[in-house]
Amino acid sequence: MAIFLDKDSKVIVQGMTGATGMKHTKLMLADGTNIVGGVNPRKAGTSVDIDGNEIPVFGTVAEAIEKTGANVSVLFVPPAFAKAAVVEAIDAEIPLAVVITEGIAVHDSAAFYAYAVSKGNKTRIIGPNCPGLITPGQSNAGIIPGDITKPGRIGLVSKSGTLTYQMMYELRDIGFSSAVGIGGDPVIGTTHIDALAAFEADPDTDLIVMIGEIGGDAEERAAAFIKENVTKPVVGYVAGFTAPEGKTMGHAGAIVSGSSGTAAAKKEALEAAGVKVGKTPTETAKLAREILAG
Amino acid sequence: MDLFEYQARDLFAKHDVPVLAGEVIDTPEAARAATERLGGKSVVKAQVKVGGRGKAGGVKLAATADEAVEHATNILGMDIKGHTVHKVMIAETAPEIVEEYYVSFLLDRANRTFLSIASVEGGMEIEEVAETRPEAVAKTPIDANEGVTPAKAREIVEAANFPAEVADKVADVLVTLWKTFVEEDALLVEVNPLAKVASGDVIALDGKVSLDENAEFRQPEHEALQDKDSANPLEAAAKAKNLNYVKLDGEVGIIGNGAGLVMSTLDVVAYAGEAHGGVKPANFLDIGGGASAAVMANGLEIILGDPDVKSVFVNVFGGITACDEVANGIVQALQLLADKGEEVTKPLVVRLDGNNAELGRKILSDANHPLVQRVDTMDGAADKAAELAAAK
Repeated sequence: MAIFLDKDSKVIVQGMTGATGMKHTKLMLADGTNIVGGVNPRKAGTSVDIDGNEIPVFGTVAEAIEKTGANVSVLFVPPAFAKAAVVEAIDAEIPLAVVITEGIAVHDSAAFYAYAVSKGNKTRIIGPNCPGLITPGQSNAGIIPGDITKPGRIGLVSKSGTLTYQMMYELRDIGFSSAVGIGGDPVIGTTHIDALAAFEADPDTDLIVMIGEIGGDAEERAAAFIKENVTKPVVGYVAGFTAPEGKTMGHAGAIVSGSSGTAAAKKEALEAAGVKVGKTPTETAKLAREILAG
Repeated sequence: MDLFEYQARDLFAKHDVPVLAGEVIDTPEAARAATERLGGKSVVKAQVKVGGRGKAGGVKLAATADEAVEHATNILGMDIKGHTVHKVMIAETAPEIVEEYYVSFLLDRANRTFLSIASVEGGMEIEEVAETRPEAVAKTPIDANEGVTPAKAREIVEAANFPAEVADKVADVLVTLWKTFVEEDALLVEVNPLAKVASGDVIALDGKVSLDENAEFRQPEHEALQDKDSANPLEAAAKAKNLNYVKLDGEVGIIGNGAGLVMSTLDVVAYAGEAHGGVKPANFLDIGGGASAAVMANGLEIILGDPDVKSVFVNVFGGITACDEVANGIVQALQLLADKGEEVTKPLVVRLDGNNAELGRKILSDANHPLVQRVDTMDGAADKAAELAAAK
């Protein structure tokens, strides 16, 4: 078991034939991901040889699903075309769409999220502007390096890609059930709460590490959710204590507006919900170790 | 990106939101011709991205062109809550105002949708109205795909209890304001006050617009709206080099890969700095994945050019990025700067972890640059960088 992604996941890549798509398809295959196809309307019917794997290219997501039984799509589609690609994935009712693309206009992400809701939420969207998710030893859907850590019993959910890697590295000897990068944009398809609920229900996860950052109130709402619904131990980390008001810190969603969205408020809310919050990534990892050691 | 009032006015006008005539000037003498074009009287309004300019003396009525020049002379260069006034808008004087309302559209992050906020109690900060008289503020969710149709506009008007005699006109404003919001890829469009004047018309007298910088690929005209006068020179230089940089007020220059890790690095440095005389991070700089020597050189050049910087912390976790490439980047960057005749005197602390970290560390050790120190943990490296900054 794991969350959202496992060894039975059949993965297609929208935007596979571009440079970034090719590079990461190769890496995902190396991690054992069952990649069953790519999607590119202009190259439909062809196939691509990646390290001896013959990957067919389909014209549409619907066709790829019909021919391969794909249930996950990873999207490496440039911002200008991302909305159309996600809408296509939703129309094809693929259960999971992982949107790696950074720089999507928020009117586009709000539109495809609203569209997924209007279609009955048959497609879970992860991202955009995220590193994707990995279930070590089983499958990797995105750009998280597969060799940082091994399978284990920690679940990880993070807005930030590099902090995901850092935390996987800190706890590499213990290992992870799944690690999910939910993305740093203002509108994202899967929230901390969605991942927390899934880890709570996952019998192979013993402890959850939750990484947040400034902007919005997702961490505060996650804290309220943890208090009511999560029985497993949760360890937290929040980045951006030194971020000035009104400045976007790299991620489009990472901005303190007036007095809202601050790291201090998020830390306080998490601690009030019983979450142990570390001052640095390393200290956070140490807190997780202490809890697991009993 | 937050806009000035005059830029918001121009965008409103472009999308048929009713506004008064106005033009922006940056010299006192230009106020004369602008006022004459408006028939000999005007309102001189400081253009600053902060509230409370009226109380600060930044908005003045001019009954003659001479008076407009006098007001512009006084207002240009004025400091309003730390913002220097570089431009003033010479606006048409408002007809007699009967009532003041509030309308806006914005992104509702929590609900991942858009939101309309409307109130018949405009003219003051909407947060204040929401605090003291929440029942006077109507919040209506807007479906991103359905948008604001005339029927939706009517729903908002009814929810906010607009008087019957202005209902149609306010609904029209809402439809055109929504058009502004969508077609300009805005995160916020706010009209405050939306004034009912003696003739019965409603006019947007002041407004705020914030634009989505991620939409620049399809909004080529937005680049011209950037405020180059007030930009920090280091931030402007970094932007010209396509670097994701924010100037802060500390002493430790920071370079890292990935927004989250860099934000975390700032915090860890500030935390470590508590034991070293309270030194703090001097900047945010995310060089992103796959940092080449050229990108590293550009980043180092900006940071070493900041007179506030006393030491530099390069913090990289190699995910897809290989640490040997990063290490080569640092070595080559220092060489590039030396070749350009720029003397580097500030110490660099480098922490490399992850993909090919051993190889990267060896490259740094072999290069044996007198200013570069390797510390192999994030917390340890932050402490060293803070210590070096404090010692300078």
